[in-house]
Amino acid sequence: MGFRFTMTPIDTTAGRAALLDGSAGGYVSFEGWVRDHNEGLAVKRLKYEAFDALAVKEGERIIVEALARFPVKHALCLHRVGELGIGEMAVWVGVSSTHRAESFEACRYIIDAVKHRVPIWKKEHYVNGDSGWVNCERCAAPGADTVHHDKAGHRHTLARS
Amino acid sequence: MLINLQYFAILREQAGRPNESLETRAATPAALYAELAKRYPFTLAPEQLKVAINGEFADFAHSLRTGDAVVFIPPVAGG
Repeated sequence: MGFRFTMTPIDTTAGRAALLDGSAGGYVSFEGWVRDHNEGLAVKRLKYEAFDALAVKEGERIIVEALARFPVKHALCLHRVGELGIGEMAVWVGVSSTHRAESFEACRYIIDAVKHRVPIWKKEHYVNGDSGWVNCERCAAPGADTVHHDKAGHRHTLARS
Repeated sequence: MLINLQYFAILREQAGRPNESLETRAATPAALYAELAKRYPFTLAPEQLKVAINGEFADFAHSLRTGDAVVFIPPVAGG
């Protein structure tokens, strides 16, 4: 259970094994992959960077919240940092529970909260030679996604995935 | 007072350094960011940022103390 970063490819077999429980009747996982395009630009590769100390703390808070909100057995989120190529797995979330409905709900809750709250940044390198930090450099561009305000006053565009 | 700053992502690139210790009169993170924005070509507005003090999220009006570790957090993009 918990939230962890890895510099190497995410080991989903080990992740799934950590969720096994004789009283669980099902398991749901989500994999986030590096996509070859974003906001109309062809992406070549990208780099994830995290504020480790706070990111792990916030990630673990999200897992604790999910376990409190939904009657699930175990939950784990693994996030990659460093350089990633197209098709590589950037994030993995797994949840096990007695019945399937709560695993789907908790998995969705965790990935949404991780994307929204955990201090991780993504720099995309584009086929055209440009690069940019997602949500930081093009957020005021025409056609950017809905602007969202939360109670901390943090303003950003909602990431697409 | 002396503040220890750590920079990430776009702020690290725009500051041209990953960290620094800064002698400042800024009493709050809001005042500190305004001071830094004069020194570095930061493009993010303060309302786009969060701030962490000593490894925990904090308010922009929080009173800074000497020795605090401050991190301004650009819009995140995990997942």
